[in-house]
Amino acid sequence: MTLIEGIGYQLLQSLLMVALAPLMLGWVNQCRAWLQNKRGPGLLQPYRVLRKLFHKEALLAYNASLLFRATPYIRFGCMWLAAGIVPVLATDLPFSPAADVIALVSIFALSRVFLALAAMDVGTAFGGLGARREMMIAFLAEPALLMVFFTASLISHSTQLTTIVATLSHTQLALYPSLAFAAVAFVMVLLAENARVPVDNPATHLELTMIHEAMILEYSARHLALIEWASSIKLLTYITIGIALFLPFGIAQSGSWSALPFALALLLVKLLFAGLGLSLLETLSAKMRIFLAPEFLGIALLLAILGMLMHFLLET
Amino acid sequence: MSSTLIPLQLAIGISVLWMGLGFAGLGLQRYPRVITTFLFPLSAVGALILALTALLALKSPPSAVILGFGLPDLPFHLRLDSLACFFLLLLGAVVFGIGLFSSGYFRTMKGLALGLLFLQYHIFIASMVLVLLADDAYLFMVTWESMAISSYFLVTTDHHLTQVRKAGFLYLLMAHVGAISILLCFGVMQGGQGDYSFDALREVHLSNFWMSVSFLLALLGFGAKAGMAPLHVWLPEAHPAAPSPVSALMSAVMLKTAIYGILRVCFDLLSTQLWWWGALILALGLVSALLGVMFAAVQTDMKRLLAYSSIENIGIILAGIGLTIIFQSDGKGLLAALTLTATLYHCINHAFFKGLLFLGTGAVLHATGERNLGRLGGLIQRMPWVAALTLVGALAIAGLPPLNGFVSEWLLLQAFLLSPGLAQPYLNMLVPVAAAALVLATALSAYVMVKFYGVIFLGQARAENIQQTHDAGGWERAGLGWLALGCIALGLMPVAVILQLDAVTHALIGQSLGGTAARSSWLFLTPVAASRASYSPVFFLLVILVVVLISFLAVRLYYGGKLKRGPAWDCGYPAQTPRIQNTAEGFGQPIRHIFGPVFHTQAELPRVDDPKPKYRIAIQDHFWHLIYLPIARCVEFSSRQIGKLQQGRIHIYLLYSFLTLLLLLLLMR
Repeated sequence: MTLIEGIGYQLLQSLLMVALAPLMLGWVNQCRAWLQNKRGPGLLQPYRVLRKLFHKEALLAYNASLLFRATPYIRFGCMWLAAGIVPVLATDLPFSPAADVIALVSIFALSRVFLALAAMDVGTAFGGLGARREMMIAFLAEPALLMVFFTASLISHSTQLTTIVATLSHTQLALYPSLAFAAVAFVMVLLAENARVPVDNPATHLELTMIHEAMILEYSARHLALIEWASSIKLLTYITIGIALFLPFGIAQSGSWSALPFALALLLVKLLFAGLGLSLLETLSAKMRIFLAPEFLGIALLLAILGMLMHFLLET
Repeated sequence: MSSTLIPLQLAIGISVLWMGLGFAGLGLQRYPRVITTFLFPLSAVGALILALTALLALKSPPSAVILGFGLPDLPFHLRLDSLACFFLLLLGAVVFGIGLFSSGYFRTMKGLALGLLFLQYHIFIASMVLVLLADDAYLFMVTWESMAISSYFLVTTDHHLTQVRKAGFLYLLMAHVGAISILLCFGVMQGGQGDYSFDALREVHLSNFWMSVSFLLALLGFGAKAGMAPLHVWLPEAHPAAPSPVSALMSAVMLKTAIYGILRVCFDLLSTQLWWWGALILALGLVSALLGVMFAAVQTDMKRLLAYSSIENIGIILAGIGLTIIFQSDGKGLLAALTLTATLYHCINHAFFKGLLFLGTGAVLHATGERNLGRLGGLIQRMPWVAALTLVGALAIAGLPPLNGFVSEWLLLQAFLLSPGLAQPYLNMLVPVAAAALVLATALSAYVMVKFYGVIFLGQARAENIQQTHDAGGWERAGLGWLALGCIALGLMPVAVILQLDAVTHALIGQSLGGTAARSSWLFLTPVAASRASYSPVFFLLVILVVVLISFLAVRLYYGGKLKRGPAWDCGYPAQTPRIQNTAEGFGQPIRHIFGPVFHTQAELPRVDDPKPKYRIAIQDHFWHLIYLPIARCVEFSSRQIGKLQQGRIHIYLLYSFLTLLLLLLLMR
C-alpha cells in the first residue's frame, strides 16, 4: 500500500463517517417511530435540521466567553478524529497509530469535558445541572468502556484498534465467553454515553430528567448544528466500534480497493441492523430515574470487569 | 578536581546560594520591594540553573563528594546520581515557575513578615536539594528535619488564625512520626555495623525478615510525608493553610521527596524486592487515589480540593511503584522499566500541573480574597490570563490528551495490560481490578476538575465583592505560563522525555525503555511494539486543529458569522440570580450519593416549616474517627495516668528519689 492510497482510504472513510452520521440518526429515529406506530419524519430529517440551524443567526448570552464559542468546533474536531481512528471499512489506516483504544476513550473524554465546561459558562441553572449529570454518567461509563476494551486487547495482545480487529476477525467468537460479557457492557455504555433512552432521552426537554439537552440549552444556530452533528458522529462511531469489536467479519485490508464494495455493503447491512436493534432497545425500555443511572452503569462496569476476570480464568 | 564533579558542586552551590539569599532577605526585611523585585527573580534564576545542570548530568555516572562539616567523625557525604538528578530537575523546573510567580504575588501582600517568609522559603528549597543529594543517613535526617521544620513555619505563616495553628501542629506531629520511622528504618538497614553512609547500607546483606521490616518502616515514614492513606490526614489541613506559592511548593515538590525516599530505599539501598511489598504499595496507592479523588469531589474550598487531588496523584504514583516492585521481583525487567518510567513521568507531570493549579488558586485568592468556591464564579471574564493558563492545568490533571497527564496514565495502563503471566496467581487476578480502580480514579478526576474550573472561572460571580477583580500581573503570568508550557511540552514530546528517563530506570532496575520507545520515530510513542500500542500526541493535536480550522472557515464562508448577544434564556422564570447556579456542594451531591459509605457525613437539613432554613453538611474522614481519635484518646488517657505521679509537693518527689535509690541499691547490691 502506498502512503497516498492509504491517505485516500483514510479520507474516504472519515468523510463517509461524517457525512453518513446524520443518516444513521435518521434511521434510528425512523425505526423508533415505526415501532411506536407513527409515520416518522423521514430518513433525511437530521440533515434538514442541520441546514436550518446553519442558516440561522447565532444568539449568545451577554457573558458567554470564548470557551463557549470554541467548544462546538473542538467537539466536532474530536469526533472527526475519533471517526478517523476506528477501522470501519478497512484495517491498517494511516491515522490509526496516532491513538489506540485508551486514547480513543480519552478523545471522547476531551470533548465531553469541553462541553461540560461550556455548559457552565453562561451560568444558568440548567447548564450546571446538565454538566454535573453528564460528568457523573461519564465517570461511571468511562471505566466500563475501558474495561471492555481491555478485555478485547488482552485477547489480541494489543491496544491498537486495528490489531484488535484484525485478530478478532480471524477467530471464532464462541471461543471467548469474556467477549459476551464485554458486549453487554458495551451496549449499556453506548446507551449511556450517547444520551439514549434508559439513561437519557434525546427527544425531551423535560427539566427534571434531561442530561445532554440541559448542557446545550444555551446553544443556537451554527454552534448547535455543529454540536448535534458531532453527537450523531459520536453515535455512529460507537456503533462502528461495537461492530469492529464484536462483529468484525468482512472488513477489508487497507489498500485493496477491490474489497471495498463488499466491505461497504456489509457495513451498511450491519448498520441497518444495529440501528434497528438500538431503536428496539429504546422502545422496549423506559427512561430511568437519574439516580438509578449509577446502578445501571455500575452493572455495566461489573460486567466488564467480570469479562476481564473471565479472560484471566478461562482463556489464558 | 575532575569535571565530573561540576554538576554536584553546582547543585551544592545553588543550595548555598539559596540559603545566603534567604539570610539576605531577612536582613533586608525593611525593604520588601527589594526582596520581591530582585531577590525572588534571582532565586528563580538559580532554580533554572539547577534544572539545566540536572538535565545535563542525568546521563553521566554518579559523582560523590565528602564535606567535612557536621559532627566530628560524621562528615557529610553527598552524591549526585541519575535518580537524584531527575528529582533535582523536577525541583528546579517547578521552583523556577514558583519563584517568578512569588515575585509578583508577595509584592502587594499586606501585614506579612516577608523577610522571615523569604528565609524560610529558601531554607525549605535548599534543604530539599540537600535531601536529594544526601549520601548518608545522618545528612539525610538533618536535611529531612530542616525541610519539615522550615515548611512548618511556612504553613503557619497566618499563625494568628487558630485553624492554621492547629493545621501546623498536626503537620509537625505527622512529620515527626514519619521521621522517627525513617530513622528506625536506617537503623535496621545498617545491620549492626555502625556505618550509616549509603554506600555501607548498600553493602549490607539482610535477611528477608529484616529487609521487610526496614521496607515497612520506610513505607510508614515516607508514606506519612507523601500523604498516603491512611496517613494523609495532615495534608488537606496543612497544604491549604500556607500561602499559595508555598502550597504549590509542598504539593508539587515536597511530596516528591517522599517518593524519592521510597524509590531510594526500595531500589537502591535494599538489594532485592519481595513481591508482597509491591502488592501492599499497590493496594495502599489505589486506596489513596480513590479516597483522594472522592474527597476532592465533595470539597468546597478550592485549595483543600487541590490538596485532596494531590493525595489522589500520590496514590497513582505509589500504585506505579507497587507494580514496578511486583514486576521486578517476578523478573520481568522490561515491564518494570515501563512501569517505573510511567511512575517517574507522573511525578514530573504532577509537579507541573499541581504547581500550576495551586498558583492559579493563589492568583484567584489574591485578586478576590476568597477561597470558598461558593463565593467565586465568572472569573474568566475578569482574569482571562489566569483562566486560560489554569485551564491547561485542569485539562492536564484530568488526564486528557494531548497534555501531559494523559501520557503517564496511558503508560501505566499499558503496563497493567501487559501484566498477565505473573508468578503469583492471586496477583494476576488483582491486577485487572487494580486497573479498573485506576481508571475510575482518573475518570473521577475529570469530574473534579470540571467542578473546580467551572465553579471558579465560569458562570456568573456568586458574590458582589469579586466583581471588581483584576487579572494577575506580569510576573505571576510568567510563572503560570512557564508551568503551563511545561504541561504542554511534556504532553507533546513523550519520546524525548522517556529517552531522558532511561538513565534513571537503568540505574535503578538495570533495564530501560528507550530502545523500544523510540524505535519507530520521535512522533509515535510505542512503549513495546508498534503493533501493540502507539500514541502520537502531535498527530492528535494536528488533526483536531486542522478540523477545527476547516470547519470554522467553512461555516464562516458559507453561512457568515452572524451573531447577536442577548440575555441567557431564563426558562420563563425571570427572577434569575447568580445564586441559582450549581454550587460546589451541588457538584458534591452525586458523589456523596453514590459513594455514601466512604464519607463520614453530618447533615443538618431544614424542616419544611422553618422560617429561616439553613442547610449544613460536614464531611469528614472515617480514618479520623477510626484511627486518629482513638490514638489521641489513648495518649491522653495514659498521660493522665502518668500525670498522677506529679503531685507538685516536694516531699513526694523526695520519696520518689528515695525509692529509686533503694531500688538501685537492691539491683546493684
